[in-house]
Amino acid sequence: MLMKRVIVCLDVRNGQVTKGVKFQGNVDLGDPVDYARRYYQQGADELVFYDITASAEGRTLFVEVVRRVAAAIFIPFAVGGGIRSVDHMRAVLTAGAEKVSLNSPAVREPDLLTAGARAFGCQCVVLGLDAKRVPASAAIPSGYEVVIEGGRTPTGKDAVAWAKEAEARGAGEICLNAIDTDGVRQGYELTITRMIADAVRIPVIASGGGGKPEHLTAAVTTGGADAALVASMVHYGDYTVAAIKAEMAAAGVPVRL
Amino acid sequence: MTIAILDYQAGNPVSVQRALAHLGHESVVTDDPDQVISADRVVFPGVGAAESCVATLRQHGLDQALRSVIAADRPLLCICVGMQLLFDWSEEDGGTACLGLLPGWVLRFRPSAQAIKVPHMGWNAVEHRGDPLFAGVPDRAAFYFVHSYHCAPGDTVAGIAFADHGGRFCAGVRRGALAAVQFHPEKSGEHGLRLLDNFVRG
Repeated sequence: MLMKRVIVCLDVRNGQVTKGVKFQGNVDLGDPVDYARRYYQQGADELVFYDITASAEGRTLFVEVVRRVAAAIFIPFAVGGGIRSVDHMRAVLTAGAEKVSLNSPAVREPDLLTAGARAFGCQCVVLGLDAKRVPASAAIPSGYEVVIEGGRTPTGKDAVAWAKEAEARGAGEICLNAIDTDGVRQGYELTITRMIADAVRIPVIASGGGGKPEHLTAAVTTGGADAALVASMVHYGDYTVAAIKAEMAAAGVPVRL
Repeated sequence: MTIAILDYQAGNPVSVQRALAHLGHESVVTDDPDQVISADRVVFPGVGAAESCVATLRQHGLDQALRSVIAADRPLLCICVGMQLLFDWSEEDGGTACLGLLPGWVLRFRPSAQAIKVPHMGWNAVEHRGDPLFAGVPDRAAFYFVHSYHCAPGDTVAGIAFADHGGRFCAGVRRGALAAVQFHPEKSGEHGLRLLDNFVRG
């Protein structure tokens, strides 16, 4: 039986790990390779690096970060942030990433999912989906709207419908980030996680709100997710990945120890 | 010792090379059949669709190189699609003739049978039978899998590893010096590194 995964998310800006709260204000934490190695040794099942750099120089630096990380850790890792073309996907995959995560560009240009899946296989293509709670309407029956650009821009798309469309277009996995709970460490948004996990046949990663091990347990049981993403709860030393997984195991969740 | 890793534009052979380098083993990534035939150890990795993989292998003459390596009983480790391509035939791409180096088929996971997700992606426990490839690896240790098809070897092929995804399936086989695994040792943390080291040293 497949084990539930604990995935550590690292935001990278100008080649440095950084952490922001609700997309406002960032503090640099250190070298991505040091962080990657630490979480690898703690038993993280996967890592994901988001490039939040705006400049072209920073982007070149990011591919170099991917290459250095790939030589240091021997578990899968995904990269996302600003990936807008098949060539760009190829650059980070060749540098050693296992998967690419497409968020806003996939909304603007859904064919990118199809093109990526065709070129590299659907297992390489992760849809990053930022969802925000809104009043349910005819256009957004789930009551969760897809938002882009770090949550600033509404799209008018229903989150569940978009998840299903992305699956049909070739996404091999969905990383569902709940904007309302992101960065506040009070637990994942279980309702939308469950809705999407039930709606698609591809794995779903719960993201946004992890603060305690029981939040991860809830995400993969009540929420029906296959994996849960953590960031600040491990970056600031409150928990190690090993401690989180030990608590999940004690709660009866199958995890890799 | 020379280690050759087959490069046939299917996934990233450099991942395997990096893992071997971490273990202190130098290797070459190559699409040259002669370099494959003369190597002491050969790794046949792979990610991608069966049909295009077979075509590219043939185009480079790497299918014949693999035949020679197997005929000489030289250590060969096949990974993921590399394992699947050894068999006679795959359901992938509407039916694909594979290399026919081992008897058996490659079948798609059937999600309708049980509530399982396809591709089978993530960490799963591997039950192994004490093959030297797994020396020092605990039984039911977790390895990283990414695949939608699984091998159904013929009766004459020894299964050395099994995993469960909506039913038990064969995750590893051996015949002489040829060993093949469905998971990715290069992405399976310390146990995966151990397996690669066992292969090189075995």
